[in-house]
Amino acid sequence: MIDNMSMDDTIAAISTPVGEGGIGIVRISGPRAIPIAREVFRTAQGKRLNVAGKRRVLYGIVMDPATGEQVDEALVTIMPGPASYTREDVVEISCHGGLVPVRRVLEAVLHCGARLAGPGEFTRRAFLNGRIDLAQAEAVIDIIRARTEAAMRRASRQLSGLLSSEVRELRRELVELLAGIEGRLDFPEDIDELDIPASIERCRKAVARIEDILKGARHGRVMREGAMVAIVGKTNVGKSSLLNALLRHERAIVADNPGTTRDTVEDMVDIRGIPVRLVDTAGLREVDDAVERMGIQRALAAMQSADLVLVVVDSSQQLDTQDEQVIDQVAGRPAILVLNKIDLGCRLSEDVVGRFLRPVAAVRVSAKAGLGMEDLRDAIYRSVTGGHVEAGADPIVGNLRHVVALEAARDSLLSAIEAFHRGLPSDIVAIDVRESVERLGEITGETASEAVIDSIFEQFCVGK
Amino acid sequence: MQHYDVIVVGTGHAGCEAALASARLGLRTLALSISIENTALMACNPSIGGPGKAQLVREIDALGGEMARNIDRTYLQLRLLNTSKGPAVRSLRAQADKRAYQLAMRGVLESEKNLDLREATVESLLVNGSRVVGVRTSAGTEFLARAVVLTTGTYLGGRIHIGPVNFASGPQGQHAATALSENLRSLGLELMRFKTGTSPRIRGRSVDFGRMTEIPGEDLGYGFSFETGSTKREQVPCWLTYTTRRTHDIIRANLSRAPLYSGAITGTGPRYCPSIEVKVVQFPSRDRHQVFIEPQGRDTDEFYVAGLSTSLPEDVQNDMIHSIPGLEDAVIVRPGYAIEYDCIVPTQLKPTLEVKGLEGLFCAGQINGTSGYEEAASQGIIAGINAAMSILGRAPLILSRAQAYIGVLIDDLVTKGTAEPYRMMTSRAEYRLLLRQDNADLRLADVARSVGLISQERYERIKEKESMIKAELDRLSRTYVINRPLEKVSGDSRDDEARGHGLGSREAYPDGASLLDLLRRPEVTYDSLGPLDPQRPAIPRGVAEQVEIEAKYSGYIAKATRQAQRVLRMEDHRIPPDLDYGSLQGLSREAREKLASIRPVTVGQASRISGVSPADISVLMVYLRARSRSMPCTSQGPQDSSAPSGCGGIGPASRSGPNGPGGECSQVSEG
Repeated sequence: MIDNMSMDDTIAAISTPVGEGGIGIVRISGPRAIPIAREVFRTAQGKRLNVAGKRRVLYGIVMDPATGEQVDEALVTIMPGPASYTREDVVEISCHGGLVPVRRVLEAVLHCGARLAGPGEFTRRAFLNGRIDLAQAEAVIDIIRARTEAAMRRASRQLSGLLSSEVRELRRELVELLAGIEGRLDFPEDIDELDIPASIERCRKAVARIEDILKGARHGRVMREGAMVAIVGKTNVGKSSLLNALLRHERAIVADNPGTTRDTVEDMVDIRGIPVRLVDTAGLREVDDAVERMGIQRALAAMQSADLVLVVVDSSQQLDTQDEQVIDQVAGRPAILVLNKIDLGCRLSEDVVGRFLRPVAAVRVSAKAGLGMEDLRDAIYRSVTGGHVEAGADPIVGNLRHVVALEAARDSLLSAIEAFHRGLPSDIVAIDVRESVERLGEITGETASEAVIDSIFEQFCVGK
Repeated sequence: MQHYDVIVVGTGHAGCEAALASARLGLRTLALSISIENTALMACNPSIGGPGKAQLVREIDALGGEMARNIDRTYLQLRLLNTSKGPAVRSLRAQADKRAYQLAMRGVLESEKNLDLREATVESLLVNGSRVVGVRTSAGTEFLARAVVLTTGTYLGGRIHIGPVNFASGPQGQHAATALSENLRSLGLELMRFKTGTSPRIRGRSVDFGRMTEIPGEDLGYGFSFETGSTKREQVPCWLTYTTRRTHDIIRANLSRAPLYSGAITGTGPRYCPSIEVKVVQFPSRDRHQVFIEPQGRDTDEFYVAGLSTSLPEDVQNDMIHSIPGLEDAVIVRPGYAIEYDCIVPTQLKPTLEVKGLEGLFCAGQINGTSGYEEAASQGIIAGINAAMSILGRAPLILSRAQAYIGVLIDDLVTKGTAEPYRMMTSRAEYRLLLRQDNADLRLADVARSVGLISQERYERIKEKESMIKAELDRLSRTYVINRPLEKVSGDSRDDEARGHGLGSREAYPDGASLLDLLRRPEVTYDSLGPLDPQRPAIPRGVAEQVEIEAKYSGYIAKATRQAQRVLRMEDHRIPPDLDYGSLQGLSREAREKLASIRPVTVGQASRISGVSPADISVLMVYLRARSRSMPCTSQGPQDSSAPSGCGGIGPASRSGPNGPGGECSQVSEG
């Protein structure tokens, strides 16, 4: 909460209504706005931004600095303070509308050190940094209040049922663990020594549960924001025909992507009510040699960031080394094995491929003849929704704020586990465990200090 | 009629520090005691320190208080607790010679030139408008003063319970202050009733120590005070035994006679100091509880039975004691008892410990809802300093949560209040890693100097220590070692686990590792690095200790320092004392009521009030900003004391000294 009050860090948020309109804008404000833009943005000529602070608009691409992967193409508007909305340095990144690109741009910005802005925080900064009289202040207060409350209502809607009770339960468990550590620090004579292996195990279990919830988060996001599905395979196994077959009978939900470089290789389809962005990596490969290397890299990157990979093989042929190379690269990612060209007679069984790949499903299709396509759509739907989410049911978690908090809680626990292993004393380990409790508390709206002290007195008979 | 600058009512642990602070700051001070013989009485257990409390004692010392020096003079036993649990929680604890402690403290009070010590029971405060101007005693004498500090302890409306019997009393049979509570109520103060308890005392000659485990003291070579050198002396052991099933049966059979369960006691007791009857009822599966037999002094045979706090009738106490191994024939010298007393709802206090709406009245110690000698003394020194500051027209001393345990203690009290007698615990301090007992002098040096209770000479010694720490850390980071067998560095070369951590293997110890890198490894100590470091300068123990902690935990310390600085910045956003919350649109109703009642001094404090949401804080900040633009800057005097003075002592913390920027006006944002 103190975080949201400070004024010297850099904040970012999606500043257009999500999922509406053809353009999405991610706004960044604060002292590091321009350095962060330098990290995530490359001009059309592949150059970084020039740091010199003048107002301008540039065209180029946004990339994830962690992976080097291209996220989207974008227009970047640099507005050095004080001639900006917040009077701080502000950068606005305009990318393709629709949830997936905007969100990925925001994630790249957050990974570069921006903090997700609180509700109404841009307005508040604008006010606190600007000149304004009391009447205007009251209007600003109304805006902040309304936005905060709307955000709270939205958050509490998103925090429905399952997630809420899951996170509460997880947090309760960690409070108990923390109280076990803290109680021994404050009442060393009253409680026996901490069982470190057992504590590590409890941290591990908590990490696993957070991972489960985050998986649910991905599925929740998929429900609203769409899933990215990459189609991979060696040449001539029928990737493009598969893409076309998936597109043919479906409404393309993004009718046109003017000016994009990916119109032949990527498109949006609606599969059982879920927006799915299909990326045909074939299109990236089958270009002239000069850019082939870059194409391969982009195919790999697309595969890495995809929610699901469709591995296409030609079932009328034996598996060869090229197939095996593709399969190697997919290893460990959620994948559906697509045995294509079944109309040409089948020389390949799932079992053969299954030796190399553990797909979540295997489907036999003929993209050309339109055979097996419904089975494939079912398999895609089941895979991206986790198989257990019914259409129309509440997504478990999709709110980016919750995801950020869960990830931070998980990272703190991993750090606690490492601290335990390194033999660091328990007052240090407690810092990490407490941090995870506090991060989960951001979701459930609970604070740690009293809860931990209460838990010490519930668990242990302490005091002389 | 006699005039003083400051009158301190009570000479317990809070009163002594308050009176000394005020007198040492040059103000004519009167300390009134119901019984001068009982100055600095340790009415409950004989120990000082322990987790959370040792840090408080060290902070009192760093500010120029007396408690640390006094326990160093008079301890029977000294131990360092939590040695393996990390730097933040390592805590000294002493067993005091109770009588010697009292006499030594009384001697200090008597030798203070600006301080008069006088026996009297205060019945009422003298008030002029909203200003407290003195006190009236039960003898009808009036003393006038410009500030009054109340440190009434358990004397205020005190009532002792032993079994079915109860009677008005202060601690250990002292007479209670019965009239003052009513006077405080009539002045508009809201009072609460708390309860605490103590254990029976027994005669040592009747104890079979052979059936108990001996807990000896440790020769640590230092004491509580940073100014005390070696305090080596012959130490006296404590003894550990346990209750038995029979003890528990006796208690269960007599619960109907326990005032805690019969309804005779209405006051709220502390959870961390449960009576033995509460332990037995709440933890029925435990078949034994620890009992410590602790000496009370070198010249007495009276021993304290720690862990056996009780208000059961005396005959039950006898049976209980006799069911414990080693105490079969023990003779009770004084029975345990519970005592109920009046205290004020502490949210009526400002962070200076002055009562809101009653100018010149300060409160410290149990009257503010705390328990414990160290908690009392901590508030005492702050109340004494701030009473003096208010008279001298200087900025008050308000320590933040990121600066000191004392800051945590007072902020908790005045911001959140307390539902039970409040005891300090290390888990209450968010920035525990910064608020260590070992660096209290470094943390508080600038504040202490600006208050004026430490000498310039002492201040310079601390600054010298600080630069030695920096220089040594710097030297270690620039001193590289060549590859050589590592057994010499590791604490135990045969320890395979240590090898697993990397130090034992040649690969993990590449050429060019600095000594600082090596010191970061968990199993390496500053001392154990000695053989690799022939050029090492001779540095004092306290410097080596800081170097080792800074090196080992630098990542965690840096992170905590960053968080602490964010908190400190929020403390820079001051709220004008006359702010009319009723006129602020956009606050939730609950926030409006809470803010109006607690009247936080800073936005940081406001943000810690339960029921005040981030949205409310936004509204408040927007309003404050608008207000500061629309009206001339009304200075409230620099609040030097709340300016941070470097949280970790060294490192990147030092933002501004005590006279640095802190509040030119009610500034909301540094833009």
